[in-house]
Amino acid sequence: MQLDIFLNVAVGGILTGLVYGLMALGLSVIFGVVRVVNFAHGEMMTIAMYAAITLFAAFHLDPLVMLVPIAAVLFAFGYALQAGVINKFITRPEHSQFLLLIAIGIIIVNVLLIIFGPDAQNVQVPYAFDSFKLGPLIVDATKVYAAGVAILVASALFAFFRYTPVGTAIRACADNHTGALVVGLDVRRLYALTFGLGAACVGAAGCLLLLIFDVTPSVGPAYTLLAFIIVITGGLGSMPGALLGGVLVGFTEALAGLLFTPSAKSMFAFAILVLMLLFRPQGIMGKRAA
Amino acid sequence: MIERLTAGVPRRALVLLGVLLAIFLVLPVLAGDYVLTVLILILYFGYAGLAWNIMMGFAGQLSLGHALYVGLGAYTAGALYVHFGIGPWIGLLAAVAIAALAGAFVGFLAFRFRIAGVYFAILTIAVAEFARVGFDHLSWTRGSAGLFLPVAQYAHNDLWHLRGHPVMFYYVLLAAIALAFVASRLLLQSRTGYFWLAIREDEEAARSVGIDTFLYKMLAVVISAAMTAFAGVIYAFYYNNLFPEQVFNITHSILIILGPMVGGIGTLFGPLLGAFLLESLAESLRTLLELIGVDLPGINQLFFGIMLLLVVIARPEGVWPWIATRLGLAGAQK
Amino acid sequence: MTAILAVSDLSKRFRGLTAVDQVTFQVGNGEIFAVIGPNGAGKTTLFNMIAGVFLPDAGSIVFAGNRIAGLPPDAICRLGIARTFQIVRPFPALTVEENVIIGALLHRHGVPQAEVHAHDILRRLDLYGKRNQPASSMTLPDRKRLELARALATSPKLLLLDEVMAGLRPIEIDRIVEALLEINRETGLTIVLIEHVMRAVMALAERVLVLHHGAAIAQGTPDEVVRDPAVIESYLGAEALG
Repeated sequence: MQLDIFLNVAVGGILTGLVYGLMALGLSVIFGVVRVVNFAHGEMMTIAMYAAITLFAAFHLDPLVMLVPIAAVLFAFGYALQAGVINKFITRPEHSQFLLLIAIGIIIVNVLLIIFGPDAQNVQVPYAFDSFKLGPLIVDATKVYAAGVAILVASALFAFFRYTPVGTAIRACADNHTGALVVGLDVRRLYALTFGLGAACVGAAGCLLLLIFDVTPSVGPAYTLLAFIIVITGGLGSMPGALLGGVLVGFTEALAGLLFTPSAKSMFAFAILVLMLLFRPQGIMGKRAA
Repeated sequence: MIERLTAGVPRRALVLLGVLLAIFLVLPVLAGDYVLTVLILILYFGYAGLAWNIMMGFAGQLSLGHALYVGLGAYTAGALYVHFGIGPWIGLLAAVAIAALAGAFVGFLAFRFRIAGVYFAILTIAVAEFARVGFDHLSWTRGSAGLFLPVAQYAHNDLWHLRGHPVMFYYVLLAAIALAFVASRLLLQSRTGYFWLAIREDEEAARSVGIDTFLYKMLAVVISAAMTAFAGVIYAFYYNNLFPEQVFNITHSILIILGPMVGGIGTLFGPLLGAFLLESLAESLRTLLELIGVDLPGINQLFFGIMLLLVVIARPEGVWPWIATRLGLAGAQK
Repeated sequence: MTAILAVSDLSKRFRGLTAVDQVTFQVGNGEIFAVIGPNGAGKTTLFNMIAGVFLPDAGSIVFAGNRIAGLPPDAICRLGIARTFQIVRPFPALTVEENVIIGALLHRHGVPQAEVHAHDILRRLDLYGKRNQPASSMTLPDRKRLELARALATSPKLLLLDEVMAGLRPIEIDRIVEALLEINRETGLTIVLIEHVMRAVMALAERVLVLHHGAAIAQGTPDEVVRDPAVIESYLGAEALG
């Protein structure tokens, strides 16, 4: 197998992986702070994807442009969800929380199925078939743009958490819930904010992913699982870990698709997950031991 | 043994149980073909829910990948029949063995390495997905193209080969549920059952009174898996075709837990009641919509999702405990 | 008097902090032995090592002739050591009776026999009347007695009690002290207790071990120990002698 095929596939995988990473970043942020496992993560992303498709069909607006408004809508959705429903579940037993979000996920998938039907849909952007040449590398333009924007969004999120007062307050919440209450932080509002941010992340990721893949209502659950694999691999609660995990998974998937049959590539992601759970449950960059 | 089974159960509950049993015994005579298929679905999910309940309700481990055991059971028995003509009741032995092994594997991974809570749930999802993709590429079971069992005429009911009219499957499932019920009750009242309850309540405290929690958690997982495999065998011989995409699907796993969730985790009646409520209401809804000319794919599942949401928010312990107290049947819980 | 429990040079470090420092003592068969000392002295860590929750870094624990350091908690209970927790942990959704039956099932394989044994113990600890109440609805003193009952139901040869008197009123303390003395008298059960409540220590203990900063600073009869200058300085204060 020639080096350039390998390189092309690998680079493509890494770029896709960055977008996966952005998706997983949302999950990591939500779990790291609110300590809720968002089993409807991928399903929320499909909402964004279908929104982008609809807007594209109506107004021919590029998903990259639609990214900001769609992310904003997802933010509002996430905020409302946390504030209205999930906040009440913080003290309930774990399995109650999972099932709440699983139920929401099921509802999302089937509403989308009813509205949009089961067939695969995508957007045909003008540059869909463009590519960049860099020496022996030929890389899809869509992947480059998607990955680039993903990095931008992730950086914005990092900056938010690092440098803004609200971001710092959220990090305080995550570190020490009781301490945060004691110093007078409105924890419930911060939780809602965080869930909104995580949802916005996944909304942005959805717009970007649409440039690379088709969407059907049933990809939601598959992406939820993928997001979990990435987050567990990279480290629950670690933001760089989510990106790193995303890149790792994107890379492995692409290569597995090349070396074995494409349809078996997800088996490798699962194998990584099982190995991670066994030997390093806190992930590559995780701070806390799971 | 009857005494042990009925100890502590209020008179009313026993009467109700008897009445229900009688109703279910004669129902097929009154029901048309369509209603019969719905009833079979109810019994199938009731049984699978009961089997799942042993793991979750009794040993406190949330499995979101139970379709794994259905699939393994279905494919084992199905493939043995297709390739070697081995009847389902013999095939069941192999199916149970393989599912039990898979359960032991999952349990070992989880318990030896202390994977619990959300991580355990994700592990179960991942293993089921692994099986789904794996079976897609397994040529011995015809991969993603699907395994088809030779369908015989419905001239007569062949119980040994499970070939025949749906009514036969109805009674087989009914018998299985009755047996599962009795087995669950006996288990719960046994030393094992008490230890499971202790583990569910507080694992550390359970260890402090000498309970080997690893062993008993493994036991719960293996028993649950083995019981579920039977559902898989029925699935294979009733539908006569198996696709990894459908059998190992995470949606299938979720459907299995809906009954116990809605009905009541950890109770004996919960899974059955839940399955009954969900299926009958969903089918009624669908029929209603069809009558007014609306055909929406996914409406059943949307309904399930909403029901699950409502139950989780309003009645997390399930519908059965609420009904039981209302009707003065409490005590039939354990 | 034969030693049923022999702890030698037992040590435990937590990331630079020495919680237990080369502690050595023996407990005789049928003895009531107390471990006292200020908070943070390492008492519960010591217990947790004996009960199998923590792995010692050094030293040995020999119980009835068996080396038990490093065994898991359930194995240690099966060998005959039962324990209670500082913050009680009954099985909340289960009834008082069920809690104790679970303890009794360790060495009795039939539920009916376990039930008989459980009722025995419940009567002894004055909980028989409340046997059908869920554990979560019990008052603190009752939950403490429940946890004691559950531990006793495992038919132990050695009972580890971790601050079982904490939070109880004097009259309740006296009741438990009486029950423990009775059980010790009638069955010869060896009891090792961590205690701050000196009233209980003086009433129960035949010998006392005093820990401070993880190390043993005194050992002897209660009278000897309370007069020990090092103990007075580090823990008791002059008032306690009154």
